[in-house]
Amino acid sequence: MDKIFSNKKAVCVFILPALILFIAIVFIPVFMSGYYSLLDWDGIGKGKFIGLQNYKELFFSKNSSFWPAARNSFLYAAVSIFIQLPISLLLALVLANGVKFEGFYRCVFFIPVIISSVVIGQLWMKIYNTDYGLLNTILRKMGLDNCCRMWLGDKNTVLGATFVPMLWQYTGYHMLLMYGAIKGISPEIYEAAKIDGSGSVKTAFKITIPLIRPMLRVCLTFSLIGSLKIFDLVYVLTNGGPAGASEVPATLMYKTIFLRNRYGLGSAMAVFIVIECLLFTVAIQKIFPKDDE
Amino acid sequence: MENKTAKKITPSKIIIQIILLIWAVINLFPIYWLASFSLKNNTEIFGENIIGLPRHWIFSNYKAALVGGKVGLYLMNSLLVTGITVALTLVFGITAAYALTRMKWKGQKAIMLLFLTGLMIPIHSALLPLFISMSKLSLLNTYLALIIPYTAFGFPMAIMIISGFITSIPKELEESACIDGASIYRTVYSIIVPMLLPAITTVAIFTFIQYWNELLFAQVFINSENLKTLTAGIQAMYGQYQTDWGSIGAALMIATLPTLAIYLCMSGQVQKSFIVGAVKG
Repeated sequence: MDKIFSNKKAVCVFILPALILFIAIVFIPVFMSGYYSLLDWDGIGKGKFIGLQNYKELFFSKNSSFWPAARNSFLYAAVSIFIQLPISLLLALVLANGVKFEGFYRCVFFIPVIISSVVIGQLWMKIYNTDYGLLNTILRKMGLDNCCRMWLGDKNTVLGATFVPMLWQYTGYHMLLMYGAIKGISPEIYEAAKIDGSGSVKTAFKITIPLIRPMLRVCLTFSLIGSLKIFDLVYVLTNGGPAGASEVPATLMYKTIFLRNRYGLGSAMAVFIVIECLLFTVAIQKIFPKDDE
Repeated sequence: MENKTAKKITPSKIIIQIILLIWAVINLFPIYWLASFSLKNNTEIFGENIIGLPRHWIFSNYKAALVGGKVGLYLMNSLLVTGITVALTLVFGITAAYALTRMKWKGQKAIMLLFLTGLMIPIHSALLPLFISMSKLSLLNTYLALIIPYTAFGFPMAIMIISGFITSIPKELEESACIDGASIYRTVYSIIVPMLLPAITTVAIFTFIQYWNELLFAQVFINSENLKTLTAGIQAMYGQYQTDWGSIGAALMIATLPTLAIYLCMSGQVQKSFIVGAVKG
């Protein structure tokens, strides 16, 4: 039997296609990006090796547009952690507690998750449209004409206006994850709490939330990492505008590479995004260790 | 007792229902609005009837998008690219997961770890290197320019989910099949694969929706108008159709309907896929 399960030829046939593809497409490019980031290269001809110059330009150049972009991504992260996750948690707690039409609500709240960011972005551009958009139309119907704005064209409102579709898109996902975790808690624990006379708010804080900590950690990681590497929605909604007010590292990287042809500098940004994501994933694991380990 | 408390209508229950209902409306209304303006003409969209149901149902918007705007072509491209990606991810994902969990060979733990780390690598890091390599290999502007990267980036999740499932299958069946003289390939194909159906559904749904909606690679690796997938194609349409909301709305609806249909037909399965996909990652 062991002979069959350690048949070298079969192992190769089974693992090699996936392994070769994975190493060539996912793994090696990370190191290639690392190498490119040390070059002064416009994509045509040969790149010139310039050491850490690109990183120096990225981090220390006075008029670098990189820090504002990084700041915006952290802002998105903060808002999604402190606004989106609490809303998701509240919805999950309420739904899992057993309400009428539970299945219907769960189904509806998840719909935005399966829609493409391109569709969501274009739809919200129409919602924000100054003249015929849903938002300004509703505001006008309510007599709040002076609240109407060029939501995506004004640097004071653009960050908020891009955040709302993100919230709209992902709240349902986090809600579903938390809901699933809550439903996984054994009912006996709740019965015991009920017998002890614990009210539903107290039960939520004392029992449910501590018990779903591992899932909350997953959601926290998703919100943080998702915001740091966000591209689609910002690209579609504003492409970083107006005047860079909603720029994020990924859109800046895209422009630096494909519009300004600065392959080295763009790669430095890619490397920054990768390292930043890895560091924060590890940091969350260290700060919120798994209880069962 | 349990039933009685559940049926009693209390003020707090009404408040909860109102909150949930408002949130449901927030979720659905933009989609309703999109569906409604995809069926309106410009006079209604730009003034007469911005919010209400269409007074005249203009199905020609869909015809304009599908034929005039090439959305029909994008749709076929998306179906082809995503379909092949899902198939390849499954075939190679299943065999790899089997080798990694059931078979015994040197270095299997390290390889498993390698795939696991892949879950943390964002696609951004591969964008430029793949662009350059594929341009050298003349792969840009072919379906393969999307299928290959999508499949490779889909492996970690697929292998993770399928491995977890294989471990839960008892070994006896494979052993008796081997004793009966079946080759290992036959055993995997006719014994393991049928038992993996739930995991296969999960991976298929997750991979399909993920790459159906992918934009960055789709935008960079394909230039040719005729090979674009829905996301990149619709994104490119935007400038040209800026004032034709009806047609662009129809295009957006066409891009959404396939995933929406999958979701509405099997919402439980889709939700499960996304939970498993998140937790494994």
